[in-house]
Amino acid sequence: MNLIKMVAGLVSGLLFGAGLALGGMTNPNKVLNFLDLTHGWDPSLALVMAAAIPVSAVAFWLARRRSRPLFDLEFVLPSKTKLEPPLLIGSALFGVGWGLGGYCPGPAVASLSHPSAPLFMFLVAMLVGLVLAPLVAPLVSRPETRR
Amino acid sequence: MPTSFTPLSALAGGALIGVAVLVLFLALGRIAGISGMVSATLRPATTGGERAWRAAFILGLIVGPVVAAVAIGETLIQRSPASGPLLVMAGLAVGLGTGLANGCTSGHGVCGVSRLSRRSIVATGVFMFFGFLTASVLRHLFQT
Repeated sequence: MNLIKMVAGLVSGLLFGAGLALGGMTNPNKVLNFLDLTHGWDPSLALVMAAAIPVSAVAFWLARRRSRPLFDLEFVLPSKTKLEPPLLIGSALFGVGWGLGGYCPGPAVASLSHPSAPLFMFLVAMLVGLVLAPLVAPLVSRPETRR
Repeated sequence: MPTSFTPLSALAGGALIGVAVLVLFLALGRIAGISGMVSATLRPATTGGERAWRAAFILGLIVGPVVAAVAIGETLIQRSPASGPLLVMAGLAVGLGTGLANGCTSGHGVCGVSRLSRRSIVATGVFMFFGFLTASVLRHLFQT
């Protein structure tokens, strides 16, 4: 049923957004002060990850004891297992963008209640990048994986 | 701009993010990856029902920080110190990069690492390394 799925999505999104904000991740200065080791290091981001990962691990552990989720037909996990060039090149590119602005996709979207021109510039450019990615992917893939 | 280390709110915020992942996976069987959710919402092929819960999640993601700010009585959203043109470059790199890698800090860094996916662990190592390199070295070349 669509309504219950929307409610589940909304609740998860609210928790995710509240968690990002409480953890300081909607302050790009805090993110950059974690990534910048040259002065005034702020390790908060590491603790956000350190708390989020074990709690998430519980979800995946609990899911193994069930055949399907509560309100949908199946658990959907990524099917790819290989370490292909797009994964490595894409992650490197993402790291560069993250280190320049202090925004990764979650916190950038979660900052929309405080709109500003620079935030919009980042988000519009990010959407353009996301739309272009499937077109660029074949160019950076190994020949045997090209279609 | 200097910031201070906030261990307790960082741990509490991280735990909330973990609960968000738990809710989405146990309720709908989906990974809470933001870049994937945004690009699936944009894709014309995504059906109405599949778009609806993602749109609801994104709405929650925007409202959640407002609720948190009211709850603790602090402003939690700040602007990036980077200039507009630099943020355009950053946004392109983040969008293209997470699109190519099929994930970002949430999908690979939190969800993938917590289920011990080899791809996600490698992706997280790579984007963290380039994040450190860029913020510590390259970023300073653009500023005077």
